Amino acid sequence: MTEIPLGSALEQFSNVHLDETAADMPCLMVPPADLLALCQFLRGEAALQFNFLSDICGVDFHPEAPRFQLVYHLVSIPNHWRLRLKCWLGDPPVAPTVTSVWTTANWHEREAYDMYGIHFDGHPDLRRLYMWDEFDGYPMRRDFPLRGYKDHMNPLGVERRRNGGGA
Amino acid sequence: MGVLSHSMQDSVLFTTADDIINWSRKSSLWPQTFGIACCAIEMISAGCARYDLDRFGVVFRPSPRQSDVMIVAGTVTRKMAPIVRRLYDQMAEPRYVIAMGTCAISGGVYNTYAVVQGVDCIIPVDIHVAGCPPRPEALLHGFLQLQEKITGSRVLRAEPDALPSAERA
Amino acid sequence: MTEVTTLQEVPTDTGMAREVLMNLGPQHPSTHGVLRLLLQMDGEIVERIEPHIGLLHRGTEKLFESFTYTQIFPLTDRLDYLCPPSNNLGYALAVEALLGIEAPLRGQYIRVIMAELSRISGHLLITGALPMDVGAMTSLLYTMRDREMVLDLMEMISGVRMHTSFCRVGGVREDLPEGAEARILEFCDIFADRISDYETLLKNNRIFLARVENIGNITAEDAIALGLTGPNLRASGVDWDLRRDEPYEIYDRLEFNVITRKDGDCYDRWKCRLDEMRESLRMIRQCVEQMPAGDVLVDDPKIAFPVDKDLLAHSMETHIHHFELAAYGFKVPKGEVYQAIEAPKGELGYYLISDGSEKPFRLKVRSPSFVNLQALTERTTNMKYLADVIAMLGSLDPVMGEVDK
Repeated sequence: MTEIPLGSALEQFSNVHLDETAADMPCLMVPPADLLALCQFLRGEAALQFNFLSDICGVDFHPEAPRFQLVYHLVSIPNHWRLRLKCWLGDPPVAPTVTSVWTTANWHEREAYDMYGIHFDGHPDLRRLYMWDEFDGYPMRRDFPLRGYKDHMNPLGVERRRNGGGA
Repeated sequence: MGVLSHSMQDSVLFTTADDIINWSRKSSLWPQTFGIACCAIEMISAGCARYDLDRFGVVFRPSPRQSDVMIVAGTVTRKMAPIVRRLYDQMAEPRYVIAMGTCAISGGVYNTYAVVQGVDCIIPVDIHVAGCPPRPEALLHGFLQLQEKITGSRVLRAEPDALPSAERA
Repeated sequence: MTEVTTLQEVPTDTGMAREVLMNLGPQHPSTHGVLRLLLQMDGEIVERIEPHIGLLHRGTEKLFESFTYTQIFPLTDRLDYLCPPSNNLGYALAVEALLGIEAPLRGQYIRVIMAELSRISGHLLITGALPMDVGAMTSLLYTMRDREMVLDLMEMISGVRMHTSFCRVGGVREDLPEGAEARILEFCDIFADRISDYETLLKNNRIFLARVENIGNITAEDAIALGLTGPNLRASGVDWDLRRDEPYEIYDRLEFNVITRKDGDCYDRWKCRLDEMRESLRMIRQCVEQMPAGDVLVDDPKIAFPVDKDLLAHSMETHIHHFELAAYGFKVPKGEVYQAIEAPKGELGYYLISDGSEKPFRLKVRSPSFVNLQALTERTTNMKYLADVIAMLGSLDPVMGEVDK
């Protein structure tokens, strides 16, 4: 599984660790501060060439702490390798954008913002993607009710709490 | 309904006229091309070669202003709801609505924060066609039922309650 | 309701401020579903495109967390609603990877047959819809007629035309009915000629070619940066197909070509799908010939319903397992997996995190159409006029159920 030569990445970034608990692909745990530099390295390095970003996924571990996690899935098309990056975020979650490395990250990050409230520094256009702009709350967070909050069009929703939406 | 003034309300005189008007309306129901989700694919199949809808006089029109019936085919989300309402308002009367599929009827399997639980929260629905998605034959059946609904409707004749009390039998 | 986006300052050829913000609204024959495009236009020339999606966002991913693993199959159907069996396959593979099981061989062959049939049905729709969008309306009627044949096969195998939910974790729900193989081969014989018909109809049609050739060019490097996958990527010259490069199920036993083209314009994307249908036919024929006899569902009472239904009447233990599976579902060990398959639209990935219970902790769908749609916004050249936007949209083949989840 670790035929991928990640040694150079681990040497250069001292805060990045290799995590092999998942059986399908190796995983690098990276702090948010090193995320952009690591992504540029993974893409630019001739021996690695991770030129394709498959997916950016947000995860909410409420009520555990740290609460938010970002999971990146990278592919190296020339070498047929797959790699996972995981980044733990605090509350409120802030992460650097990787749109300068892979253009496709633009909408993935907007989705993570819309669904989890993860703010991406440097994103060219961080707006809601799925929900309408005035929507209050971040739907995929674990404390947001599945049925949403009650209003005239949503009779089965949960009563709205006084301290605001599910953010 | 009931177009004419009370002095000329007479059910016998205008029965044939009403029949002709209803026949012409039901035989040329023109829907909007308004498919939202999966049911739209079965609606397209219903309009294509095998389950031809054209033989019922159903011709899909792109503009809501030129259409008689709106087939709400698919899940109506809360973001889409104002648009559905606006399209309904843009249709000229007489206008009908067919709610196709369980998502349009009642939200379907999606009882979530983003889905309107039934398009009849927004617009009045005439015919519900159940299924997920309903087969094209079910949509055809829905059209036939809409035609039956139109057949009995009163256009020139008054509704019985609108007549002055002295004339009520 | 979303507000009107302000006009951005984009330099134009004429230097005169004639920009108009136009709405290619959710209700439009050519938007392939509820997609709203805000177009900043200088006359007929499109300066900037801003897609507004989310009009079909149904909260599927949040719903995944409340359903058991078997109950999720109907939800996956409704993602890419043109090709439901493919979506089922990807999800079943993800759960099986975490469980550490594999479907029996016959079950895998049936799943691949369904996936390739759904590929044909999905490609047929866009092979007819793109020409219809640019004006050649006959094409759609022909392809939908043939799509009915594919839907008949699906109905014969699974009982439903669309939204089959035929896969189960560990195989498929039941075996092929009597005479299914013969009917599938009959379809393959008829359909091979039909593909040539569609090609003949359009490949020398000057108007069609003028509308789609050299429109919406995407270079290979841009396609990779944009994250395009599937026929969109291969039409730009990148030779990447998960069925060959990361084989799953029994694709490593099948012989097929991966169709790539050079220019990455709308015509290439359309032609790529047309040729892929031929390859799918080849694969279906090979599957029917190679398919062994045997079980179609894994024989593990804690995961799947019993293969031999008679046991339910005789064995108390089977009965109890059946009850527990139906009432509570099976538990999946703690772990995570990212399973990607080559769906008709591109790389469909399921990222599944399990916390050991019978419902997923997090199931993220990497939908190909969501990523493919970004090609409208940047890095695409030769897309000058409004008519080109329509052709580009048709050639990207987005399915809004998948884009919005």
